This record gives sequence, structure tokens and C-alpha cells, in this order.
Amino acid sequence: MPENSIHVQSLTKRFGETLALDDVSFDVARGELFGFIGPDGAGKTTLFRILTTLLLADKGICNVEGLDVVKDYRKIRRISGYMPGKFSLYQDLTVEENLKFFATIFGTTIRENYSLVKDIYQQIEPFKNRKAGKLSGGMKQKLALSCAMIHKPEVLFLDEPTTGVDAVSRLEFWQMLNRLKESGITILVSTPYMDEAGQCDRVALMQNGRIMTISTPNEVIRNYPLSLFSVKSGDIYQLLSELRLYPGVHSVYAFGQSAHVSFNDRNIEKEILSDFLKKNHHESVSITPIEATIEDCFMELMNTPAKEKTT
Amino acid sequence: MPTPVNIITVRNLVKKFGSFIANDHLTFEVKKGEIFGFLGANGAGKTTAIKILCGLSYPTSGEVSVAGFDIYSRREQVKKNIGYMSQRFSLYDDLTVFENIRFYGGIYGLRKQEINSRAHALMQRLGFEDARNKLIRDIPLGWKQKLAFSVAILHNPKIVFLDEPTGGVDPITRRQFWDMIYEAAHDGITVFVTTHYMDEAEYCDRVSIMVDGKISALDTPENLKLKFDAPSMNEVFIKLARA
Repeated sequence: MPENSIHVQSLTKRFGETLALDDVSFDVARGELFGFIGPDGAGKTTLFRILTTLLLADKGICNVEGLDVVKDYRKIRRISGYMPGKFSLYQDLTVEENLKFFATIFGTTIRENYSLVKDIYQQIEPFKNRKAGKLSGGMKQKLALSCAMIHKPEVLFLDEPTTGVDAVSRLEFWQMLNRLKESGITILVSTPYMDEAGQCDRVALMQNGRIMTISTPNEVIRNYPLSLFSVKSGDIYQLLSELRLYPGVHSVYAFGQSAHVSFNDRNIEKEILSDFLKKNHHESVSITPIEATIEDCFMELMNTPAKEKTT
Repeated sequence: MPTPVNIITVRNLVKKFGSFIANDHLTFEVKKGEIFGFLGANGAGKTTAIKILCGLSYPTSGEVSVAGFDIYSRREQVKKNIGYMSQRFSLYDDLTVFENIRFYGGIYGLRKQEINSRAHALMQRLGFEDARNKLIRDIPLGWKQKLAFSVAILHNPKIVFLDEPTGGVDPITRRQFWDMIYEAAHDGITVFVTTHYMDEAEYCDRVSIMVDGKISALDTPENLKLKFDAPSMNEVFIKLARA
């Protein structure tokens, strides 16, 4: 058995003028919950479609459980579960019929692998006679995951399972994935929500077809190169524009009702910044040094290549 | 300060589909110039309510007035005075940037000259002059969202409805988008917005949270966090939606 579940090296894919994947390389260990974090257009779906043997790369190496995505595509399809970003089950089949269909296609039965999907499927079982097209978003998501798992795959590919899903259902979905992980299955999941990075063992932050960094979520945060403060005052809009004028400021971004301000300089005096804001009519200013979030890190990484070009 | 005028008034709004109650006695107001966050779990009834507010569907019962017009009797006036943008549908992929602007301007009855001058100003402000004749499908998602928003307010509506406008957008563009929202609100346009990003809920002046067809909380983000003893709107939301 190969050491890694997934091995990808120098993978490139072009659509006309668009470079969808630009020299992407990474490995995923067996049993790992690995996240691809990035906005639309980052290349997440293209990558998943190549890994699931649905799309051919222009160049590069791509192995799933030691199997080559081109040569061994049939074998890969047998051992992979894939939940596409777009709901792709049969809308006019019932919940149970959909699950049965996927089990049959893979030469198995619901009963044989029921224990694997039980935790998730039980939540929608009361609606098993309802047509899949009539399910709510959260229920569709659970059915799609059940169908992707009913043949007991070794690797699970989940493309944006939480997009458009509310905060509560998102949290529940990740709890589900973490329980699923205990069965030893390798899980690759993509998401545009930065705050979900913390749920993964390791993450790849992606933008415009490139992987900007690969690390554990904690390591990504530790590698944030700047000193960061959370600043709060009454009017956030005005606060943002004034902070951008402060000497030595590297970046200013809104985070809810506070602003995150970063400096290259490690020795920023809170008091001087506070005086500056008070002079600009901000009465009750609070300034707190903080640890970066994944979103701070992502935005800093987004800015990095642009800076390299200009110097 | 003068008393703020209510631009949306909703009293006991009920919408039923058969025996299912999608909106269960909603009562709220939105003030002129406000950024109003309309949050809720999937299936809580947000889309149903928005369709009614936009004049696309009639309530089963209740009073609804939008931009000063009664939703039952003056529906066409309502439509003329609002703008709408969603993540799913906003611009035509196979029309160019300028053609999209001209199309929307035409729909809202702007004269040709006016469309041209507003289109010019809009593209200049967004830095899109070079993209004027590009097809929408060929421009980056972040640009599309900004353009879609600008087009939604091209006719200077009193209210703009934004239905998950920032889904899937990168974090920097998402913030630039909110800068545009602030600007529009500053110019007096009322913003009615839904989102699944809870940090964006904190950019709103007031937020309502729908659970199972009812509004279960409505206040400023600051007050909601105090009331539910939660450090962020994310936790407020989770507490409410799980209750």
C-alpha cells in the first residue's frame, strides 16, 4: 500500500486562456481530513474532477491510493466517493430509491454497508419516501453524502458540501465529517468559508489555480508574518478609512464591528495609535493585539504575489 | 435628528402554501437609509418573504408597504422603486458589460442618453473601462458581483434587495463589496441583505433572525450579542437556530 492516499505533482489544467490549475502539488495522508479553502475560481472543482477521473489534466502526476487517474480510472472509481458541488441525485426518485440506486451500481446493498451511513442516513430516514427534489438544502446534503458513501469508499471527495448552507447546518456537517473520519476514511473537502479551515487536519489555501500554502490550520496562523490588532470604535466605516492613513499601516480590513489592522513593525505602540484615533474624533477606542484568523492569513497571502511583482 | 421614516412596514404578514406556514405573522419595519440584515436558517422562510416584499408574490394575509406603496394594490410602483441582486441570478453571461447595463437601464425606463452617461460613470468608478465590450462570462466573479450591484442601483431605487450577494467571493472582494454597500447606504439607498457569512451580519445596522417562519430576534448586532451573551453573531445565530 502506498504511504499516501493522494499524491499530486505539478498538476496543470487550462481551459482556453484560463489557467484553472497552475502547477499544483500536494500529498494527503491516509485517514486525513484535508481541506481546500478558496473562493470560486480557485480551481477546487477542477482539481476534484481530475482526482475523480472525470476530467483529464494537461500535465502532471495524479495518484489516488497509488493508482493513476488515467491508466487505472476504473479502479479509482470503485474506491472513491464523490459528492459534487451541484446537487446531482435523481430529483424524481425518492430518498431511499436514490440510495438503493447508488448501492446497486457499485454492486452492494444498503443493508451491507448500513452501519457506515447510519449516523447520517437516520436523520433523513423519516422522509425516505419523499422525492429527492422536494428535500430542503440540508437534507439534500445528507442524502448526497450517504449516496457517496454507500459503497464503502476508501477516499471521499466532497466539493463544497456547505456552500449556501446556514451556519448551524454547516457546524453539524463538520461534526458529522469528524465522526466519519474515525472510520479511517480519507476525506478531501473544499469550501469557500475560511472559518471552516479549523475543522480540518491540514488545509491548502487556494486562489486563481494556485496553492498558496499547505499546513495545519494552527501552523498557517503561526506563520502570519505581521503584528495584528483588533480596533473598535463607534463608526466602523470611518474607522477603516482613517486607519488606512496611519503611518506604517500594512493592511486594514473590516471584521464584523471591528477592524483588523496589521503592521510590518513588531513594536507598534498602542497608545500612539489610540491618540491618533482620538484626535480624529473617535471617542471610545479599544485596541487589542490579536492572533490572526485563517481569513487574515488568506488575505495576506493573496497580497503577497502582487507585491513581489512590483519590487 | 429627524425621526427616521420607515421605508418598509410589515404587519402580521402570513404566507401559507397549503397547510404549510412559510411566514408566520411577521411584523417589522426597515428605516430609510438603513442596512438591514435579514438572516435565517435554510428553509426558515426568508426567500418567501423577500418575494413578497419585491412584489413577486402576494401574502395570504397581513399588511405590507414597500417604498410607500401598498404591496396588494400598487405592486408595479413597488417594482419600479426597488433594485434586486442575487448570487444565483444577476447578469446575462452572453451579453457584454455595456449591453447588460443598457438592458437593465432600458427595463427601468431610463432614456438612452441617461443610460450612456450612467454607464460611463459606473465603469469609470469600478475601473472597468477596458472591460466595456467583454462578455460577462469572461470577467472574474468578483467583478461580476460589483457590476451586478451597480446595475441593481442604476435607476436610483429607494431600496435594494441583496440575496446572498457575496457567496463564494474571495475575502478581499467581499470586503470591497461591503464598501459599496456602505456607500449606497450613505447616499440614502436602503439596503436589505441576506447572507450566510455571520461577520457580514455585524456590518448591518439592524439584523432580524428568522426561525421556522417567525422572526425570533430583531435588534442591532451589538444588542443581540449582549442579549444572547455571545461574543459573535455566529454564536447568536447558532443559539437561536438550535433552540
